[in-house]
Parts: sequence; structure tokens; C-alpha cells
Amino acid sequence: MSENRLAVEMRGIVKRFPGVLANDRVDLDVRAGEVHALLGENGAGKSTLMNILSGLYHPDEGEIYVDGAKVTFGSPKDAIHDGIGMIHQHFMLVPVLSVAENLVLGLDEARFLLRPQKIEAEVEALSQRFNISVDPRAKIWQLSVGEQQRVEVLKMLYRGANILIMDEPTAVLTPQEVEELFHTLREMASSGKTIIFISHKLHEVLEIADRISVLRLGRMVSSGIDLEGVTKKDLARLMVGREVLFRIDRKAATPGEPILEIRNLQALDDKGLPALKGISLEVRTGEILALAGVSGNGQRELAEAVTGLREATGGSVIAQGREVTNASPSHVLEAGLSFVPEDRVGMGSVPNMNISENLALRNYRIPPIGNGWVMNLVAMREQAEKLVDEFDIATPSIETPSRLLSGGNLQKLILAREISGAPAMLVAMQPTRGLDVGATEAVHRILLEQRDEGAAILMISEDLDEIMALADRIAVIYEGQIMGEMSAEGADIEEIGLMMAGTRTAHNVKAG
Amino acid sequence: MSAQSSIAERFPYRIRIQKRLDNPRWLSILSPVVLVIGALIVGGVLLSIVGVSPFVAYSRIFRAAFGTPAGWLRGELYPLSDTTIKATPLLLAGLSVALAFRMQLWNIGAEGQLLIGAWAATGVALKLLSPDTPAFIMIPAMMLAAFLAGGLYGAVPGALKAWLGVNLIITTLMLNYVAAFWNNFFIYGPWSLRGFGLTPKFPRTAWLPRLTEFADQFSILRGLTAHAGILIGLAAAFILWYVLRKSKFGYEIKVIGDNPEAARYAGMNIKRNILLVMLISGGLAGLAGMGEVSGVIHIFQERISPGYGFTAIIVAWLAKLNPWGVVLVAYLFGGLLVGGDEIQPFGIVSMLNGVILFVVVGGELLLRYRVRIERSESVTQSAAAGGGQ
Repeated sequence: MSENRLAVEMRGIVKRFPGVLANDRVDLDVRAGEVHALLGENGAGKSTLMNILSGLYHPDEGEIYVDGAKVTFGSPKDAIHDGIGMIHQHFMLVPVLSVAENLVLGLDEARFLLRPQKIEAEVEALSQRFNISVDPRAKIWQLSVGEQQRVEVLKMLYRGANILIMDEPTAVLTPQEVEELFHTLREMASSGKTIIFISHKLHEVLEIADRISVLRLGRMVSSGIDLEGVTKKDLARLMVGREVLFRIDRKAATPGEPILEIRNLQALDDKGLPALKGISLEVRTGEILALAGVSGNGQRELAEAVTGLREATGGSVIAQGREVTNASPSHVLEAGLSFVPEDRVGMGSVPNMNISENLALRNYRIPPIGNGWVMNLVAMREQAEKLVDEFDIATPSIETPSRLLSGGNLQKLILAREISGAPAMLVAMQPTRGLDVGATEAVHRILLEQRDEGAAILMISEDLDEIMALADRIAVIYEGQIMGEMSAEGADIEEIGLMMAGTRTAHNVKAG
Repeated sequence: MSAQSSIAERFPYRIRIQKRLDNPRWLSILSPVVLVIGALIVGGVLLSIVGVSPFVAYSRIFRAAFGTPAGWLRGELYPLSDTTIKATPLLLAGLSVALAFRMQLWNIGAEGQLLIGAWAATGVALKLLSPDTPAFIMIPAMMLAAFLAGGLYGAVPGALKAWLGVNLIITTLMLNYVAAFWNNFFIYGPWSLRGFGLTPKFPRTAWLPRLTEFADQFSILRGLTAHAGILIGLAAAFILWYVLRKSKFGYEIKVIGDNPEAARYAGMNIKRNILLVMLISGGLAGLAGMGEVSGVIHIFQERISPGYGFTAIIVAWLAKLNPWGVVLVAYLFGGLLVGGDEIQPFGIVSMLNGVILFVVVGGELLLRYRVRIERSESVTQSAAAGGGQ
């Protein structure tokens, strides 16, 4: 078994979607037993290429060889038959079933009677071999996101996958969980499994990958480069096609008075269970307070309770000295508090309405657009022209429905709308999630500009890189409680990671 | 396996259905036209199965519904007049449905709201105001009563939906039957003409003006019974179009209809808007009912609507919920109703209505996708590989 034996060869893969050439004559070589990172911005065609390799899509042109033999897959079942398994960003597990039951789901061997003991023993053996600790009898809903991901990995191994494709596996994990995952991946690679790792996070790629291929706009711009001497900057240039400045020019913050005060805030989640257990935060003018945490720890409920979209069951929110606890969303907006929601399509925009109408969503009532009971459509269009230009929103016209915008441009639209009224306070939730490097840069610049103009910004994010790049102060939320607060200057990622996982350290107890 | 590969060898193509990502404007204008033509073709096939020539049937229907240019020159305008009479309730009820559907409020109670509107207009004409009330008071009073009664009849399920989350489809559907029984009580009871299933005739001042009443000035109008209800309908279409396009209320309707979460985020009062839209929607259907009793039959009786409120759903849908589209489609369906009286067997028109709805709903879906037939490489290859083993 030679070191350079190819596990996967993809030759001249072409895949077209209506109006898009997702993969344009892409070649990819993956060696057996390596961790191969596939890097690229959103929409570069990474997922499409891997969906082709895992049998979900059929290529329009091109050939695939697995272990030297030509293959054509009609479905993921064919792909797993040839040893290729893909783990998607959204897990495909049944919450009420146990780990073992999920593993045999859809397999022929579970034809009529399940034999749980036998399966559980097999799972146990597998998890010991690859050092993946999961209790085969646990129900999926009892597991953390990191554990569920391990179940997905086990599922593929159980099905005999030799080549494992992972689509942005770290997006949902804490730093500690990422470490664990990387450990597992190395373990698997050293026992002969091949891993293809899709990501757009450069430092992760540099940490875990043996070789890297970079896709840009559907084309392979560099295939299988070794990591020797490659820097983050080089990779970013390959990905984006131009130089990317990682250090955003940021002046020191000049914070003033606290103008957004959240006191002992409590709220329930959608299931009626307590999601916020007494949150207290203060945001001062001219600073960015970042709220770090793994998603699902009360961030959404906090943002909604502060902006009037969710009922607070206790505590208070004070904006510019005005009590806005349980005020209507429009009152909160009038009090000078803007909100960039996490769900851009589900809440932040009206997908079938055009850009100009979407930009008016929060100020259609007030002059110059709102004029008595009618709307001044000319003023609405003028506003749209101005904001599209100012915020560099790439769109064919202001009459284009917002659902046709890319993620980055949609986020620019939402930011433009929320910021154009020069709000005193801004709550921004996951402002760059899913955005590519270029759009992320633009969003970060906009947020910093707002800060420098004196806005008080509460940024809720899971992305520690983003937090370290933008925040002046950092608070960490875990299970609806603030675990601690610290100045961003000299903040320790390890420590934040521990707090995100629910550990209070001696240091942050003092600080909090 | 062998059966599969042999099919694949004989037919090495596969049909791929892809969702259209773009929705070009020409498509949204063209699709209803294509779909109606498609429905007429399907209907034609069915007609020829029962032994009727579709060409003969369609040309009869068309001539009965709209007349011919030569006929118009001879002064034969009655086909257009008759079609207008049928189009009037379809237009008003169609606008009612279109407005509610814009906000994703599935009001299928236009029939009931129409019946209650007719009841209220009758109450004003026969019981509330004296017969010698002048028309300029009588008619507006009847309109107001019909609008309010129909509106309240829509607002009740609207309020239940807004505050308690009660399913609007169920409540509005059920209230259709309640309205029919409510009317029957009055028709056979307190308002009955000597126990028959109808009321006494309305006083002349409660009649909507008809074309024939202007025959003294314009002799060509003699015998034409189209009434002023169509003007109410056209005015309603204009107002609705203007409100939807230019007003804050119209903007809110669009936002709530497309994304209620975004509407909440924008600070819109969704409950109030549900109530308001259902009130106006019911009111428009109520006006349709008033038009029937005040413009056409001048009495109140059991069968005043052959299901206008239900046909209105097809009308609104085919018009893509656009007010001017509703005007056009209401005329089309009005023509179909008039023309349908001309041909045998009697069920043809209901069948065509059904076919049109079916083709429109199904075809709409098809037009959102594009169908491509391409040579299937994988199948031929795997077949070849299978043969080699």
C-alpha cells in the first residue's frame, strides 16, 4: 500500500444548475489515508462537488474513480457501497431513537427483528477502535451537538465507509469539541481512512489537513497543495482571488455611558421552558459587546426579548433611559434600538418582495416614505437607490426580489436598513454566519464604523474569530446564564471555550 | 434488474425536472393564458368523448357569451349584457377572495358572506326603510348594510383565527351552511310572501339601475338587463388595486402574506390586519349578494347564487390575486356560465370549471419547473457494465 495511492480521482466534473455553472471541469485527487481539505467561499461549488462524489447529484460531465475503478453513482446508497459516506451539516438522525437504532436505520440487516445487543456490541467495538466515545443505548435527543456528530461519523463507519466527507463539521462545535473532532479525524486517517474536509475557515484547515484543494467560482484554482510553507494569507488569496486583510483597522474604542441596560432578564423558549435565567448586560455607547456561546443557549431568546419580539417573563430592558421591557417591536425601534436578526430569510426579509420594499420594512410608516395612509413610492425607490449604492449591494435592480440575493448581499441589505436610521443601539445576531470572506469583511467594517460613530452594539456570535476581531468586551452565555464577562484585550480563547461549555473558572467568577 | 436494463437500453434517456430559480415576468402573464387554453383543450377531449364536437361547442359558448362583431353592429348587445350580469357577482366575490388570499387567509366563505349581504340588503329594502325612501338614500343604505353584514360575517372567523388560532378554512366553510339556513328562516318565515319561499318584490327605489331603463335616450339599450352592480365591482377593483399598490395597509398585507415573522419584526399588528382584511373581504362578498337581489331578481329567495362564492376562488386564483386580473377572469367565467346554458348536456359548464381549476392548479406547478430530457449516461454505462460481468 503505497503512500500516494489515490483513493478518489474526479476528472473534468461539470455540474450546471439553472443559471449557474456550479462545477466547471473540476479535477480532484485525494490520497488514501490523508485528511484532504476542500476550501472555498460560499457558492464556490464545494458542496456540489462533494454531493456528486457522495451520489446525491449526478454530474453533467466528468468521471469518478474510486480506488482506481471507474464508478457511477445513482444514489448515496451506491456511493456508500463503494465506501464513500458524507456527513452533512444538518444531521440526519431520528431524535427519539437510540444511537444503535439510528445506525441500522435503512440498512437491509434490520429487515424484521432488531437484535439490539448485537448491534450495540458492534457499535461499542467500532467506537473503541476509533476512540469515539458514544453510548450506543443513549437516545439522540439526549446528546449534545458534538456527540450527535460523532454518531454520524459512527454511522458512516458502521456502513463501511472508507472515505468520509465532512461538510463544515466545526460550524456547530465549541473549541473543545473541535479539538476532539480533529483528534478523531487524525485517528481515523492513521488507521487508513480517507477524510475530505469541507471548510471555509482557514486556521482549521491549516491545523487538520494534510493537503488542500481550493475552489473558486466553480473552478479548481489549486489542487492538492501541500501545507509546507503555506500561510493563511496565501489560502485567502486563492479563495477570494485578491488580497484579504485579516487585521481590520480598528481604532481603540472610546466607550461612553451605558445606554442599553438589560437587567435580570428572563424569558421562555418556544417550548415554554426557561431559556433566559436572569441575564444582566450593559452596552455602552461606542463599544461592541460580544456575546459568545454555542447556539441554542438562549441567544435567540435574548435578542428577541430585548427587541420586543418575545415576552420577557421577568427583569427589564432599558434603552436610552426608556423602559422598553415588553414594548412592541416598533416601540423598541423608535427607542433607537435596531436589530439584525439571525434568520435573514425567515425574519430579516420578505423573500418575494423586491429590494426597495425590503429596505422600507422598518421605516415605511414614517416620512418621507409613510405619508398619511399611503406610501410615497418615489421616496421608497430613492432610499433603495441610495442604500444599494452606499452599501454596495450587488443586484440587477432594486426591483429584484430579495430571495434572489446571495447571502452576503442579503445581509448587507438588512444591515443597510437597520443602520441607515443611525440607531443609537444595535443588536446584531450572527452577523456573518454563512457569509464568505469578502462579505464578512464588509459586514465587519460596517459594524466597526457604527461603533466609531458612537453606536452601542450587542453582537451575538458563535464565531470566536469574529468575536476576537471585533469585540471590545466579551460576555459568555451558557444555558441562559452569563458565565462571565471580560475585556477583549488579552482575552484567552481557551478560557472562553471553557465558559462556553459551562465551566466557570476562578478568573471569570471574579470578573463576572 | 434485467427488465430495468432492457428498458434503459431501449430508452436511454431520462427526464429531469428542475425548479426554475427565476420567475420571469413574461411567464406570470403568459401562464394563465396558456393554462386556460390548455384547459379548453382538455375539456375539448372530454367533449369529444361524449360525442360533442368541441369546435361547435366552444363557438356556441363563445357566441352566446360575447356575441359577434356583426351582431354588435346590428345592435345585438344582449350576450354582453347577460355575461356582465354573471360577471358582476364573480367580480366582487373574486376580489373578496383575492384580498384574503393575498394575506394567506384562506377565506372560502365568500358564498356565505354573499348570502348574508343579500339578507342585509333585503332587510333594509323591505323592513328598515319605507318603500318611498328615495333611491339615492335607499341604494347606499343597502350597500352599507350588505358590506357591514358580509364584513362582520367574515370578521367573526377572522377574529377567531387572529386571537385563538382557529382554522379559517373550517370556520368559513361551515359558516356558508349557517348563512344558507339563516336566510331560509327569513325566506320561509318572517319575510315570506304568504308562506312561499320568497319575499315580496322590492320597491322600485331599491332596484339598482339597469341599462334598459335608459332605453328612452338610447334605444340600443332596450331589453338589456345588466345593472349598476358592475360599476360597484369595477370601482372596488380600482380601490383595491390602489390600496394594495400604494397604501401602508396594502404593504402590510403583502408583507404579512409573504412572511409573518418579518411582519412581526417590522412591528406590524398582524391580528388587527387579519381582522381588517377579513372584514373587507366579507364586505366585498356581501356587496356581491346585494347586487344579486337588488340588481337582478328584486326579491329575496333561496337560490340567489349558483355557487358564485366558490367559483370566485377559481377566479381569484386564475387572476393571480390581481384585482384587474379578477375583472378579466370574472368576465371569462361569466361568459362560460351564459354560454353554458346554450349547450347540452347541462353539466358541461361545471365540468369545464372543474377542468380549468384542475389544469390551472396543476399547470401552475409545472410552469414553476422546467422539464429536460437528457441522455442518461449512467444507465447505459451500468447496463454495459452489467452485461460485461
